[in-house]
Order: sequence, then structure tokens, then C-alpha cells
Amino acid sequence: MSTATTAAPRTAAGRPRRRRVRVRPGGVLATVSVLFLAVVWLLPLVWAVLTSLKPEGETTAVPVRWLPLEPTLEAYRAVIARGDLQQWLLNSTVISTGVTVLTLVVCVLAAYAFSKVPFPGSSWLFALFIAGILVPAQVLIIPLFDEMTVLGLVDTYWGIALPQVVAPVMVFILKRFFDAIPRDYEEAARIDGAGHLRILWNVVLPMSLPILAAVGIFTFVHAWNNFLWPFVATTDPALMTVPVGLGTVQGAYGIQYAQNMAAAVLGALPLIAVFLLFQRQVVRGVTDAGLK
Amino acid sequence: MTTHADTEPVRTASSGPTGSAARPPGRARRTAAAWAGLWYALPFTALFAVFLLWPMLAGLWTSLTDRSLARGGGSFVGLANWSAMLADPAVWQSLWVTVLFTAISTPLLVAIALAMALLTHRTARLGWFLRLSFFGPFLLPVAVVTLIWTWLYQPGFGLVNSLLTGIGLPEVGWLSGEGTVLPAIAITTVWWTAGFNFLLYLAALQGIPRYVHEAAALDGAGPWQRLTRITLPLLRRTTALIVMLQMVASLKLFDQAYLMTAGSGGPNYAARPIIGYIFDTGFTGLRIGYASAISYLFFAVIVVASLVQLRLFSRKETTE
Repeated sequence: MSTATTAAPRTAAGRPRRRRVRVRPGGVLATVSVLFLAVVWLLPLVWAVLTSLKPEGETTAVPVRWLPLEPTLEAYRAVIARGDLQQWLLNSTVISTGVTVLTLVVCVLAAYAFSKVPFPGSSWLFALFIAGILVPAQVLIIPLFDEMTVLGLVDTYWGIALPQVVAPVMVFILKRFFDAIPRDYEEAARIDGAGHLRILWNVVLPMSLPILAAVGIFTFVHAWNNFLWPFVATTDPALMTVPVGLGTVQGAYGIQYAQNMAAAVLGALPLIAVFLLFQRQVVRGVTDAGLK
Repeated sequence: MTTHADTEPVRTASSGPTGSAARPPGRARRTAAAWAGLWYALPFTALFAVFLLWPMLAGLWTSLTDRSLARGGGSFVGLANWSAMLADPAVWQSLWVTVLFTAISTPLLVAIALAMALLTHRTARLGWFLRLSFFGPFLLPVAVVTLIWTWLYQPGFGLVNSLLTGIGLPEVGWLSGEGTVLPAIAITTVWWTAGFNFLLYLAALQGIPRYVHEAAALDGAGPWQRLTRITLPLLRRTTALIVMLQMVASLKLFDQAYLMTAGSGGPNYAARPIIGYIFDTGFTGLRIGYASAISYLFFAVIVVASLVQLRLFSRKETTE
């Protein structure tokens, strides 16, 4: 509780004792209410986990009972035995990693050009990309699906991934960051005989690691959770990502609530694990890329 | 920022994005060097052209045809789709659902995120736990969210209704009621995405120097006064940004509404947003000409909403 730091100088206001009595309850109240809010926010997840540990027969019991009477991993076993969730996790991993790597490469190169190696017309091209930020992906699904059918990319990894690589906002964010790198650095490198690619690799990129991490993490989370386009672009369950697979096969699981929740928990795990491991980077990535 | 803007002679070009080839950069020897940057921009430009610009233009053309996903082809029908769209009650009904959802969800998503951030900022010790609780749901794939919440909203043995009956309130058929299905989806959305706005607010709060508060405390300002007179005004820019981002995000409602109504749009389409109608028209009705026209209507809504907000917020900032 950082409010304690202001304790001493308050005597100037002439009410030293009252203040102590007043701030403490405020602090306690804040702590209690934030904890209450956090518990409310966690409840759905806790309830999902608890349900997944129940035998199917217990899930629909009335009145509701929180803890399973006979905890079992039966639901998890059933979901894993079916095998499709593992396939979707694999698909999501491949597609999200591919989208992230491609986005980073392609957007870094473009941002570098716009920032450090401008060419005739580059500011016009950049303005066109900025306008592209305004176009929501949802507007494009119909013509994009039509186009993918012609290109034969429906039901392929490439078809799912490539449209997600077109993230002009990332070019914008990276360019802004590159712009802030003083020219002296590249000029020094140029005098030493370095070409554009050398300068990008040895000078600009090492100075841009935080923004690269931010863009990478944001892109990965976005690709992992993207629903609409992968949903439109796949009909074959073997190629579905986690959100699409869980969303469409939801019905096929029928009314087996414990299995539904087990699948939900397993589908949620990867990103939650990533978050627990790299909390600081994820928070920074989301705020850095989200704020701009 | 744009220190090299003065070295680019193309500001006055009127021949479109790439049509400046006729403008050689002074010294002919350096022509090749002047174009070096183009190679770096090329991969992104190609993808942008194929997967954004082309579908955008193709969609505009398709909206002028009666193209169908089943038959392919399609012939030019002029503005028939556009006039049919303006007379189609389902278009206006789904647009209303979208606007209503935005009106319900945006204030909640901003206010709750602000409360979370203010409280979390005060309680420094539990930071990681609070960030996990509030932001964790944002990391869940939408299908996980809807699986969990469909289960929570279940009549009879669902948790939400059990809690309601537990305190003596009547049960609510959340997802089956025409009046409750959209609020139910909004509540789910608040739970799912408030964490994002929370992080933005928290970052802004951490950017306020501590001495500002200490100075105010010295002057005798109580916690409430510090909040309303200092913290909130200092957060105004962040709030403007979050409201803008949130409104546009809410206008794009589709995923969770589609999944929580099992693709049906809810009773009497009470939870089918405009994107849902585009989806149904294009992929169920296979009328992609008509669906393209509605896509453009939706695009216009997004652009107008963004411009109006930009106007509103920039005016607010200059007057205060």
C-alpha cells in the first residue's frame, strides 16, 4: 500500500491524527473491494475447472455443489482420447508462430524502408497503409473467401495465415520506433561501409528489441485467438485452430458439461501458461502495441 | 519524427500511390540507390495488395453484381443490392443490435476497467495476482469463453441462476430470452475483455509522477479530491483513447454472439449483429453480391464512428 509514503508531511494540514485514522480504512476498503472484484473475475474459471473434475452425473445436480463429490480426470481422459484438441493445438501453434514470424519480418522490412531508406513515392505508399488500418478484417471476409477459393487456399495453413500477416498498424508502430533512433548511428555504420541490410540487422534491430517483443507478443496472442477468418477459411476439422475447433465442435460434444469444461480448460492453458511465464513482457507487449 | 520528409519530392504527386516513377531524384547516378528502399517495402506491399487492397476493391465490384457462392459468375446489377439493402428490415434490425450492444458494453468496459486499475494501483503488493485475475480472461480464445459462459447461463443447474435463486430471485433464461440474450452476451464480453482496458489504464496510472499526489496531499486534498481533481483529469487522454478503441471493438461484435447463440442469432435474431447478417447472407444464403454491399455499409459505420469520435475528443481536448 503505497499510500504510506505520504504519511509524514501531512502534519502541515494541521490534522495529523485524524488523517491516520482516515487513510487506513480507505486503504483497507480499497484492498477488500479489489480482492472481491478479483474473486468475482476468477469465479467463472474456478467453476469451469471444478466442473471439469466432476463425473458427468454430478454436473447437472441441483442444488449446485461447488466441489466434486468424487473428483475424477475422466472428462480430460475422454477429451484427450478423442484426439482432435491436440490437432487443433498443433494447428494453432503452427499458424500463430508462422503469422508472428512472417509479420515481424515483413513489417520490420517495410518500416525500415519507410523510416530509413525512403524511395520515390514511399510517403504515399505509407499513407495508403495507414488508411488500411481503418479497414476492419470483418469487412473483407466475403471477398477474401471468394479470392481464396479462386487461389485454392481454402482449407490450407497458408490460406488461414497469410491474410493475418497484413497488419499495417504494426508497420506504423515499428516505423515510429525506428524514426526515434538517431541518424548518427546509421551514418557511422555507413561510413564503416555497412549496407542497408547490415545497418538494419546490426544497428537498428538490436536497439529495437522491446518493440519487437511487443509486436511479436501482440501478434501471437491475436493470431492464437483469432476466430472469424480461420472459421471462414476452414471446413476441414483437421485444419481448425483451437477457437474454431472448440467453437464448431461444441455442439458435437453434446450435453457433456464436464467434457466441455475440460476441453475449455485445455484450450485455455497454453496462453495462460505463456502469461504466467512472461507476465512482464506480455503486459508490456499488450500495452505498447495496444496504446499506439 | 519524420526527419526525412523534406528529402521526399513526392508530396505534390497526384498520380496515385506508386505513380511517381516519372519523377527522377535529381542525379541520375543515384537512381538505383534511391529505389533501394522499395525492395524492403515490397513483401509487405505485395501482401497488402493481395489480401487487403484487392479484396476491398473486389468487394466493391461484387456488391454491384448478383454473384453467388454456389453458381459463381454473376452479372452486373448496378446499385440494386445497395437499394435492396437500404429497404431490408433485417439490415436495420442487425445494425440496431450492434449499436445496442455497443451502448451497453462500452460504458461498462470503460468504468469497470478504470475501477480495477485505480484499485490495483493502490494495492501494490498483490499486483501479479490482480493482473492475472483481471487480464487472464482476455487471453482466452473466444470459444473457451463461450463454452464457459454458456455453461454458467444454463437454466436450472447453471451457476448464475443458482446464485440468483439462492438469494431468492427468480431464474432468468439468459440466452433464450429475447430481452436478455444481448445483455448476457455483453456481460460475458465485459468479463472477457475488460482486462485489456485495465492494462491500458494501469500503464497510464503508473505514468503519473508520484510527486503530483504528494503535492496535493500536502495542500490538504483528501483521497476523494485527489481522485476527482487530479487522477481522473490526468487520465482524460487515456480515457478518450480507450473509449474510441472500445467503441470500434464493440461495433465489431460477432464471435461471441455467434457462438453463444449456436449460430442462430438468438430468439428473433435479438443477438445477430450486422456482421452476423453479413455472414448469414454470404455463407448460408450464398448471396455474396448482397453480402458485399452490407459489408460496405458496415465499413461506413466504422469509419463514421471513428471520425465522429476523433472530432469530439480532439475538440474536448482543445477547449479544456
